[in-house]
Amino acid sequence: MASLSPPVTVTRAAAGIDELRLNVARRRRWDIVFAAVGLLATSVGVITLLALFVDLLLDGYHRLTPEFFLSYPSRRADQAGILSAWVGTCLVMLVTAAVGVPLSVCAGVYLEEYAPRNWVTALIEINVSNLAAVPSIVYGLLALGLFVYALNFGQSILSAGLTLALMIMPIIVVATREAIRAIPHTIREAAYAVGATRWQVTRDHVLPYAIPGIATGVIIGLARAIGETAPLVTIGALTFIAYLPDPPFTSTPPFVSFDWLWSGFTVLPIQMFNWVSRPGTAFHANAAAAGIVIVVLTLVMNGFAIWLRYRLRQRITW
Amino acid sequence: MQPSIAIAAPAAPRPVAAADPKVKSSIRNLNFYYGHLQALKNITMDIYEHAVTALIGPSGCGKSTLLRCFNRMHDLTPHTRYEGEIRLYPDDVNIVSPDVDPIEVRMRISMVFQKPNPFPKSIYENVAYGLRVRGIKSRSELDGRVEAALRGAALWEEVKDRLDEPGTALSGGQQQRLCIARALATDPEIILFDEPTSALDPIATASIEDLIISMSGNVTVVIVTHNMQQAARVSNYTAFMYLGELVEYGPTNELFTRPRQQRTSDYLTGRFG
Repeated sequence: MASLSPPVTVTRAAAGIDELRLNVARRRRWDIVFAAVGLLATSVGVITLLALFVDLLLDGYHRLTPEFFLSYPSRRADQAGILSAWVGTCLVMLVTAAVGVPLSVCAGVYLEEYAPRNWVTALIEINVSNLAAVPSIVYGLLALGLFVYALNFGQSILSAGLTLALMIMPIIVVATREAIRAIPHTIREAAYAVGATRWQVTRDHVLPYAIPGIATGVIIGLARAIGETAPLVTIGALTFIAYLPDPPFTSTPPFVSFDWLWSGFTVLPIQMFNWVSRPGTAFHANAAAAGIVIVVLTLVMNGFAIWLRYRLRQRITW
Repeated sequence: MQPSIAIAAPAAPRPVAAADPKVKSSIRNLNFYYGHLQALKNITMDIYEHAVTALIGPSGCGKSTLLRCFNRMHDLTPHTRYEGEIRLYPDDVNIVSPDVDPIEVRMRISMVFQKPNPFPKSIYENVAYGLRVRGIKSRSELDGRVEAALRGAALWEEVKDRLDEPGTALSGGQQQRLCIARALATDPEIILFDEPTSALDPIATASIEDLIISMSGNVTVVIVTHNMQQAARVSNYTAFMYLGELVEYGPTNELFTRPRQQRTSDYLTGRFG
């Protein structure tokens, strides 16, 4: 019996292995099919964005001169620049960051570390998530009623900054909460077990370990705010500004001034929108050039966010 | 019932520390609930000072739950409830009472966890953290107490030249000894160990066990372990728990060699668990 069995086994194995390989090949086909479909789907987004950017570059490249950055808008397209627009964008972002970041981080930490798990918290959480989906023009309407009229801040940099701060709050809150949730519970237990209070655990552990994620959320939020147009149109950003707000720094004590907060303003996307809506290709080139500046600005910010996350995460291991 | 044959009990169980041991803490009619689920049922037992008390039993028997009552860790989980008393002496305070601040309790009773959980900070800061939260800022005092704690955890010689390196870069066994140093630094009255060697290799386990035995002269130790041999090696007293109840409690050598309850005997001989 032992002498008969080997040939039988061999033939069976040979037949079996062919069938096995056929079976594997059949199933492998779907791997290839999906890889192709997936690659195509990915390329659609990337290629479209790339095409848009190349188009912008071709249209606006020749306008990207130093004078373009140092000139006020003008009736003559070849003399118009984005000085008031980029200064306005910087100042509005300053207000947005100064107000939005602390508010959002506090809210995120509170919801994750302090809030009791009950229906009120659940309601707040649902609302925060939904705020991210509210169209930005609605924020503009809210800001028009609240900041411009009710609080009488006027059509100012302050109103614009506060509006955008509200708008990016949900983004930063969600990023903060996700960063906090990624901290292992055992680390918190370790801190509580030596007698730390909740605030000490938050200050010494939760916040430091969550910083990479929070910083990423902040930058992505600000990058979103930089390109935002609709809410600022609603609260009455001007489209033609041939002056700069008062400088935030002065030569006389106390060396800082907040008069700029009340100044009228324009920002890059609004300047761009204004140029696009004008007849004549000369202004369209200006619009393309402003578009390049905005796209590069957001790409740089997002790149910085990725770099920052990578650098800071290297220092933290569990 | 012939328990002594099948039990992997030690040849010479550790003697009880003193002939007439002092009670460090008394658990009286303790019930504990996770929401509606009752995890501990009417536990009553005494923890003796400067002795090692082991809590053993199958998974889900409530041994870790009981351990975590001692430093009010359950307060971090919503919908938990203590009933009954854990009295801590000499001041005779009921540490599970809602009137007692859990932070006060945790300042007196520290804990070492199942998985080493050093902070992603330097070795020095890991040990000093318990002192810092108390507001100790004096560099010389911190230095002295960090060194004493690291010596107490038998880690000083290995790390004295690299106190600034991250604690997370140490090996698993070193990390757990770092966590023991962190627990020792605040000079606690009781140290709780929650299966401290379950994530470690046998050599690291042996060094942690030696440490527990050596520190028990100065501090009261309560240890949860799923390893009966470990309980036999390190403890003076052993409590066997099953389904949230305390089945049997006594000096370790008696419990292992002459269990009074059938369930204890069955567990020790490996018939379940």
